[in-house]
Amino acid sequence: MADNVADNVLVMENITKVYPNGFVANKNVNFSVRKGEIHALVGENGAGKSTLMKVLFGIESPDTGRILLNGKEVQISNPSSAIKYGIGMVHQHFMLAPSLTVAENMVMGIEPKNMFLFDFAKAVQMTQDVAKKYNFDIDPKSHVKDLSVGQKQKVEILKALMRGAQILILDEPTAVLTPQETTELFVQLKELKKQGHTIIFISHKLREIKEICDRITILRDGRSVGEAEVKELSEQDISNSMVGRNVVLDIQKTPAEPKETILSVRDLSAVNKFGKTTLNHVSFDVRRGEIFGIAGVEGNGQSELAEIITGLRPYLKGSVKIKNVEIQNLSIRKIRELKTSHVPEDRMTFGIAGDVSIKENLISDRFYKKEYNHNGLQKAKMINEESDGNIQEYLVKCDGREQPIRMLSGGNIQKVVVAREFSSNPDFILVDQPTRGIDVGATEFVRKQIVKLRDDGSAIILISADLNEVMELSDSLIVLYEGEIAAYFPDTKNITEQEMGEYMLGIKKMSPEETGDVIHEK
Amino acid sequence: MNTVMATIFSASFLFSVIRLTTPILLAALAALITDRAGVMNIGLEGIMLCSALAGVVGSAAFHSAFLGLVFAMVTGVVLGLVMAYSALNLKADIILVGIAINLMASGGTIFILYSICGDKGNSTSLKSLTMPSVNIPLIQNIPVLGNIISGHNLLTYIAFLSVFLIWLLLYKTPLGLRIRVVGENPNAAESVGINVRKIQYTVLVISGILASIGGAYMSMGYMDKFSRDMVAGRGFIALAAEALGTGTPVGIMGSSLIFGAADALATNLQVLDIPVQFVQMIPYALTIVGLIVYSISRNKKEKKIGISK
Repeated sequence: MADNVADNVLVMENITKVYPNGFVANKNVNFSVRKGEIHALVGENGAGKSTLMKVLFGIESPDTGRILLNGKEVQISNPSSAIKYGIGMVHQHFMLAPSLTVAENMVMGIEPKNMFLFDFAKAVQMTQDVAKKYNFDIDPKSHVKDLSVGQKQKVEILKALMRGAQILILDEPTAVLTPQETTELFVQLKELKKQGHTIIFISHKLREIKEICDRITILRDGRSVGEAEVKELSEQDISNSMVGRNVVLDIQKTPAEPKETILSVRDLSAVNKFGKTTLNHVSFDVRRGEIFGIAGVEGNGQSELAEIITGLRPYLKGSVKIKNVEIQNLSIRKIRELKTSHVPEDRMTFGIAGDVSIKENLISDRFYKKEYNHNGLQKAKMINEESDGNIQEYLVKCDGREQPIRMLSGGNIQKVVVAREFSSNPDFILVDQPTRGIDVGATEFVRKQIVKLRDDGSAIILISADLNEVMELSDSLIVLYEGEIAAYFPDTKNITEQEMGEYMLGIKKMSPEETGDVIHEK
Repeated sequence: MNTVMATIFSASFLFSVIRLTTPILLAALAALITDRAGVMNIGLEGIMLCSALAGVVGSAAFHSAFLGLVFAMVTGVVLGLVMAYSALNLKADIILVGIAINLMASGGTIFILYSICGDKGNSTSLKSLTMPSVNIPLIQNIPVLGNIISGHNLLTYIAFLSVFLIWLLLYKTPLGLRIRVVGENPNAAESVGINVRKIQYTVLVISGILASIGGAYMSMGYMDKFSRDMVAGRGFIALAAEALGTGTPVGIMGSSLIFGAADALATNLQVLDIPVQFVQMIPYALTIVGLIVYSISRNKKEKKIGISK
């Protein structure tokens, strides 16, 4: 590291951070970034990336270690001082107020004033100036809630640039973007690099790291495994050093053998609370023994569809039948008793009860059933045994079945959800973003389980914003665009990412005849 | 029935609507500004009651109505700060803090009243003063209208002026922008270095001031003395008015006028041969009806488009 200290715009030395509950998030981590490079920071969940960046951005204070900016030691005690030192952060969850305009979001905290009043015209001007300087296309007067995810991200980046950020931290920026938006983002990041900005790029997507990053730092279990030039490493090298063992990156499965239709959706329409149509006459069938993918840019009806099929949201128009039973007026328990399961998108809200033990989370869909109770009391021994079995089978890393589930890492929480939903041997299951925000190892495991469930004869819907995942894991798939089926691929083998992107963005759309093939029972 | 109609359509009735809207409007604006910053102040009733007493005691002690008002406002600020400290520094639930303030005020004001006046009912033995009434030149000479909007207590005009001032604050100043950001996404505010706690302190202090003017109006305008529990639920009615007012100052002025009218109706109908207790129930019953109507219409809309079961 000492060989080219002069080039290092940022050095974090021997950072150790122990949380009050004793969890060692960072242990003697060294991290250095050169001026004008795009530096990848990778690691599994819980490896300490977030903590390290929180330390850099002044959200957490380290127990030991120091931070040097341009060779000078600095104290960063809060986000304001980080901003003052020219560090900007683009969070995964956008830090925007949706009801306000772009210009208002841009200047919050540094509002231009005219006498004592807020000068909106000046704010618009300031936004235009910075957008022009970095060649971003954005309308300062539009409301943030009307923007696409990609545009919101641009506002976030510009917000940091307006505050004079020289070092930009991007936390999984492509997780929510389409391929086209990702390409656009990469063009902009290269432009920023050309103008002398330094970028720290956190990502799980190794292909993107290979594409855009210059150097890489890999964290594992709170320690730095090493840093290297990206071009010297293969994707396999990176993932192996992240996990510390050999990981199978490709999804291995045999061709699907679809049988009878389990779920059939006809002419389903829905609107959101603003009265906007989110699903427009959607019809499709899902058969036993297939993984049916639903792709699309977030906010094109996937969430509504998932909520309707799982009974979380009512519907007025159309029909949804599971094994020929209309579910419109059924409670969620009745729907589940049709042997259906659901791995929800938001696992912390709908998947688990955080303060409750792993065991209780594992039985939360079945505790009321006869076989779990005796004379109004629960059969403790049987439940314990079943829980231990699930913990073992699904490789949940924990201190035991009585541990509160929120103490686990994201990947292990997801394993508990998957264990509960899969172990009931469902005829139909909807898995929504099954690997979002979980690490390579857990992702590999969850995907394997999904394929196994299919082979055991379940009908599976897979909704995923991870294009790679939805294309490789699904047997057939539809693309949703503005609440309509824009494309149906009976076989996912021959689709290119480019083609998918065009359907996802509404550039192309299949004819009703082509998408009509998704209905197998006429 | 004719007497009722004649009462409602008289200038003196409309005058009393404005008179009775005053405390509700001030408290509803106080609720609005805290709600917009995500720290709903439900201790308004208690703050009003305390400052009603403080106004009376202050004006008697300093022999000045204005100093009495200032004393009331200081009381409001102190209570706002107590709420802010408990909720923001000590992390108590702001709703529970509000309830505590209300309960404390109810008993505390009687205790202080008894210690000062030796009377647990009212403050007639104190030589307290009232805020002046204002006749608006020119307007007071317009027939009918002059009788309705001129000649009110100074604090009534301050209340309606506050609608404009709060609108200006929320939508036209940097602080207002910060308040709205803090209420909508506190993380966003924090990420750009806005001090969320400071903003929430500020709104609780402003709400304390607004509510205390409302309280002072009760004992130094609407009446000329303090009597026990004289705020009579107006701090809670204001919360309903805030909910019905769709979160904007002008909307809140509208809903406050509706509740003011109900209050005025209750006062005016007492001359009729209906049990007084029944008539006095009107404003509170209307509050419940108003909230139910509001919720039903919102639910219907949601049901109609199919986003709730």
